[in-house]
Amino acid sequence: MTDPAAAVEAGVDVHEHAGVGDPNAHHHSPEQIRAEMRVYLAVFAGLGVLTAVTVGAFYALRSFPVRTAIIVALIIASIKGFLVAGFFMHLLSEKKVIYGILILTVIFFIFLMTLPFGHHANPFGS
Amino acid sequence: MDAHASVGHAELEIPYNVHPRPDTGVYNAKLGVWLFLASEVMLFGALFSSLILLRTGAESWPRGYEFLNVKLATFNTFILILSSVTVVMAWSHLRLGNLKKGRIYISATVLCALIFLTAKAFEYSHEFHEHRFPKTNNFLAIYFTMTGLHGLHILGGVIVFLYFLGPGAKMWLHEAERYTNRIEVVGLYWHFVDLVWIFLFPILYLM
Repeated sequence: MTDPAAAVEAGVDVHEHAGVGDPNAHHHSPEQIRAEMRVYLAVFAGLGVLTAVTVGAFYALRSFPVRTAIIVALIIASIKGFLVAGFFMHLLSEKKVIYGILILTVIFFIFLMTLPFGHHANPFGS
Repeated sequence: MDAHASVGHAELEIPYNVHPRPDTGVYNAKLGVWLFLASEVMLFGALFSSLILLRTGAESWPRGYEFLNVKLATFNTFILILSSVTVVMAWSHLRLGNLKKGRIYISATVLCALIFLTAKAFEYSHEFHEHRFPKTNNFLAIYFTMTGLHGLHILGGVIVFLYFLGPGAKMWLHEAERYTNRIEVVGLYWHFVDLVWIFLFPILYLM
């Protein structure tokens, strides 16, 4: 759709295109892209270290209560999740519409995670 | 006649598959894949929720590390993380206009995925050999359901990557930017699959 004539034929407003400056599009300079690639490799190294830390913590915390192990494991997993979502999925610099979708998803996800705790109030089968 | 054919073709073309839509700020495929990922969050969320319900409601709960292969799962975690970085490297090389390197990194991703699935098959085979099946107990039921569904997602990703390595790569000749965008959205899906494993690994294997 780079040809303006074809764009007009397709009913696309070329002026609207011209007004869109997409910071996360593919119009970065080669230097910027190479800098991003170095960041990806650094994140990869970080994720590798954190995986080793997860397993290390598991062996170190085996004598501790299960609750402690769960909390530590989930904290490390959350940091890894942040790195993947933030850098690989570019959520640190994404558009508002994507954040909107994700906020709504998080609300429903939290509801879903808290749902099991309601079973204590369920009189059926008790 | 030609003019009519041209207009007809243009009318059929899906708009905003390369450039961002003015109102959303993203191209349509990207918005679509994020909506799909939102539904995927709810799908896996339902299973995580079931796991919480089963575990908190059980008087005793098996510890995954006592019989599951933690070393193999750790290896698989590294492999999946590696595959995530190869996807973004492929996308970056495509943005630089280098199809050859892009395809090498996509191939590396497929290789990582196949290694992951092979290791998982070994794990499953071992469990079955030890007479541990989904029907054995609730832990194994949720273990096989979650890792099985995750494995199917890996397989789905492999099929899509293979398509873009093979027949789908023709798009590069005429619409390089659109092809690059396609790899970006498949990559988003792939990172999500990696993200799910990041949480599955400690919850099923280490607790």
